[in-house]
Amino acid sequence: MEHPKRLLALIGPPGVYLTLFFLLPLGIMAVFSFRAGTIGEARNVFTLEHYRQFIANTAYHRLLWRSSLIAFGIASISTLLAYPLAYFLAFQAGERKLTLMTLIIIPTWTSYLLRVFAWKLILGTNGLLNTFLLSLGIIDRASPILLYSRNAVMVTLVYVWVPFVALPIFAALERIDRSLLEAAADLGCKPWQSFLRVTLPLSAPGIIAGFFFCLIPTLGEYVTPLLVGGGQGAMYGNLIQDQFVRALNWSMGSVMSLAMLLAVIVLLALFSRMGSFSKLLEL
Amino acid sequence: MSEPAVELRDVTKVFASTRGDVTEEVYAVQDMNLEIAQGEFFTLLGPSGCGKTTTLRLIAGFERPTRGEIFIQGRPMSKVPPNLRPVNTVFQNYALFPHLNVARNVGFGLEVRRVSRSERERRVHEALEMVQLAEMSNRKPSQLSGGQQQRVALARALVNQPAVLLLDEPLGALDLKLRKAMQIELKQLQAQVGITFIYVTHDQEEALTMSDRIAVMNKGRVLQVGDPVTLYERPASHFVADFIGESNFFRGVVEAVSGQVVELRVGGARVQATASDSPPSPGQEALFAIRPEKMRLAVSEEDLGLHGTIQEVIYIGTDTRYIVSVEAQPPVAVRVQNGCGIAPQEYRRGEAVQLFWLPEDAHLLAD
Amino acid sequence: MEKSRFPSFGLLYYWLIVIILFLPIFLLILFSFNDSTRLVFPLRGFTLQWYRQLSENSELIRAVRTSILLALGSSFLATVLGTMGALVVVRYEFPGRNIFVAVAALPLVIPYIILGVSLLIMLHSLGVRLSAWTAGLAHVVISLPYAMLVVIARLVGFPQNLEEAAMDLGATYWGALRRVTIPIIFPALTAAFLICFTISFDEFAIASFLVGTQPTLPVYLYSQLRFPTRLPLVVSMAAILMTASMAIVLISEWLRRVGQTPQPKKK
Repeated sequence: MEHPKRLLALIGPPGVYLTLFFLLPLGIMAVFSFRAGTIGEARNVFTLEHYRQFIANTAYHRLLWRSSLIAFGIASISTLLAYPLAYFLAFQAGERKLTLMTLIIIPTWTSYLLRVFAWKLILGTNGLLNTFLLSLGIIDRASPILLYSRNAVMVTLVYVWVPFVALPIFAALERIDRSLLEAAADLGCKPWQSFLRVTLPLSAPGIIAGFFFCLIPTLGEYVTPLLVGGGQGAMYGNLIQDQFVRALNWSMGSVMSLAMLLAVIVLLALFSRMGSFSKLLEL
Repeated sequence: MSEPAVELRDVTKVFASTRGDVTEEVYAVQDMNLEIAQGEFFTLLGPSGCGKTTTLRLIAGFERPTRGEIFIQGRPMSKVPPNLRPVNTVFQNYALFPHLNVARNVGFGLEVRRVSRSERERRVHEALEMVQLAEMSNRKPSQLSGGQQQRVALARALVNQPAVLLLDEPLGALDLKLRKAMQIELKQLQAQVGITFIYVTHDQEEALTMSDRIAVMNKGRVLQVGDPVTLYERPASHFVADFIGESNFFRGVVEAVSGQVVELRVGGARVQATASDSPPSPGQEALFAIRPEKMRLAVSEEDLGLHGTIQEVIYIGTDTRYIVSVEAQPPVAVRVQNGCGIAPQEYRRGEAVQLFWLPEDAHLLAD
Repeated sequence: MEKSRFPSFGLLYYWLIVIILFLPIFLLILFSFNDSTRLVFPLRGFTLQWYRQLSENSELIRAVRTSILLALGSSFLATVLGTMGALVVVRYEFPGRNIFVAVAALPLVIPYIILGVSLLIMLHSLGVRLSAWTAGLAHVVISLPYAMLVVIARLVGFPQNLEEAAMDLGATYWGALRRVTIPIIFPALTAAFLICFTISFDEFAIASFLVGTQPTLPVYLYSQLRFPTRLPLVVSMAAILMTASMAIVLISEWLRRVGQTPQPKKK
């Protein structure tokens, strides 16, 4: 270390801030998960009761499992849809590629809440989709089932995530040395062969980053299910939210949050094995 | 006797280099001792990675020596940060501030040191006059040519009247013609301002053109310090003889010694060379070097020296280069100047010739 | 080569995605001019009455003001802290560097609900009264990595010897940062600030736990979604927000590009 004082002065403020308002709350939440109750005397009693309940209640496990499947599905579909988009931008869009990329990114910077809300206007009984299908004569009666379902949650979240997943894939494709593809062609690869043997493997870090970048936050999603999911589309995040907002059982909520944090850490560990955190940062 | 401008005493700089899990120590500079006199144009010369730029950065204060001490005008520098050292640097790519115009770039050091506005303006103007850029003072660096940027960098450093000016390959980015012109200009400027210059370059011709003294460096060590004539005419080691100019190297066995002149057997021939230090004793193997232009070719019945065959004739205008193959030796280069009364290509390929030289032009080397 | 084979397919797919991405935004803008309290097709007629009502809604205006102040404060802090973090990451090599990077980047992926509830628990334990500012504490945490990434991207191409040149000319390290580094990377800092601003201004998932009785705009809008008669109002507000944030993104994108290092001339 050449200049320890400078380093300390620079790392100090962000380090202290993140410790106080990011790491410390997580630690306090861990302590809270052992408390018998949220208020009064029960606060000072420490117990494993909530953990026992959490382990015993199969309804929680089912919801956690179902949420994981939904999140996995959303991440997979988003990646599948984002790849051709990123591929087009990286290889075929020519000089305008950055402008075209910006066009994709712009909507993601507008209000998340309101964009999700807008999907109600599309999926609702008298929404755009029903109106459109009716006018084409594909259905003869407006269908109310599009909204408030697991599918509605998936459609909406895929909509939200495709641009974010496309970003790291685009970055990975951009890094591929174009002469490698020429070399592959020169060595006798047909276009689809050089795609499978060169482009796809080399863009794998981007695919992995995009997939996990979507999967992990989606696991804890609760706003979208609240707006378009209805009872059937509820996810694990809604369960946590309920503990804090309605049931006011914060200790139980803490246990649930810690379980999710554990899942997140496992996924991150998996991710850093497959790709790496630093690659994600190169975006 | 006046104090040296800069003195390095047993300076060593070690970098930790991490590759994967292995951390190893790299000696960028090792046990370096140098004294640079006031007003001297001193050059650190060596191939890339030899530690010359690290040495300069140690003097500027961007790096701290691992061991040893650096003195500037007699003051130890180990606890002095770069901004308080009486030195200024002309950086390799000039490092002009892109957001400031030429005048504010040049005035930066004065501004930081809170020199009054009027004095600052006067000195900036003087400095820009000196490098003939007074009319460019409102331009941004990006609007200048490479040569002009180089002059701004020079003015920006000199305006602070440092005790020592450090120059890190300042002409490296210029094309050949401009570089030649700037070499002369820099040398004249140095004589005019009388400031000590420490100049880093890998270009031996540049070093010979400009320097009062040169330190030849390789692998973190100083191999030889001397004025250009000494370094060229009496290189002390294989590396110096090879790095500065061109040399033919011969290996032979010492037969006899008389004073500094040593007689050696090379293959079947008996030749002479000169030792600079204590000569080796008979029976020892020794290495010596001769410059191509110090060798002569002849076709003669007499036994003049080494026998060889012309292998290649290369005509390059001012000279003709002959590559001569000699038994049990690497090919030997001989350079014959095309001058009055000399045929441009006296010898033909395949012709048998003899090679000879004056004993004082063949230097026995330490390694 | 590949380029000539399916350009039409790629382009078609691209525009299809773009249309879908902009469709909800377009719908909100469309309905904001629709002369009906119900957000259904077919459209009724053109009106500006929702926009007129917006300006008369004092609760909404208060929420907008809260959100703006909150976003200004949290993005300023996030930009400052993120810039420091970026300097650390780009310029220094030290044991624990990877841990710092991981901790600073973690809020990019961690579900916001975890951040929200854990901070809620801590603030509650400390007896801190919830307000927009407590939500701001979390907003700094989530926008800091974005600010850091933007500044890192800028610093990576930044010639370090400019700082050395400044110190060589007599400036201290902090003087060199202030006089040289900060002015040169200023466009990137502005872009980082705008990005953080947008994140904070739109953020709902965390704020809904932490704002207490001082709703930010997204929290206020969410509370209004329950009342069908208020929907047109929400929609017209949404239309304004969407347009404004798209404008901000365009500006910050432009700044980010303007701010790229002009390569030093070689010859």
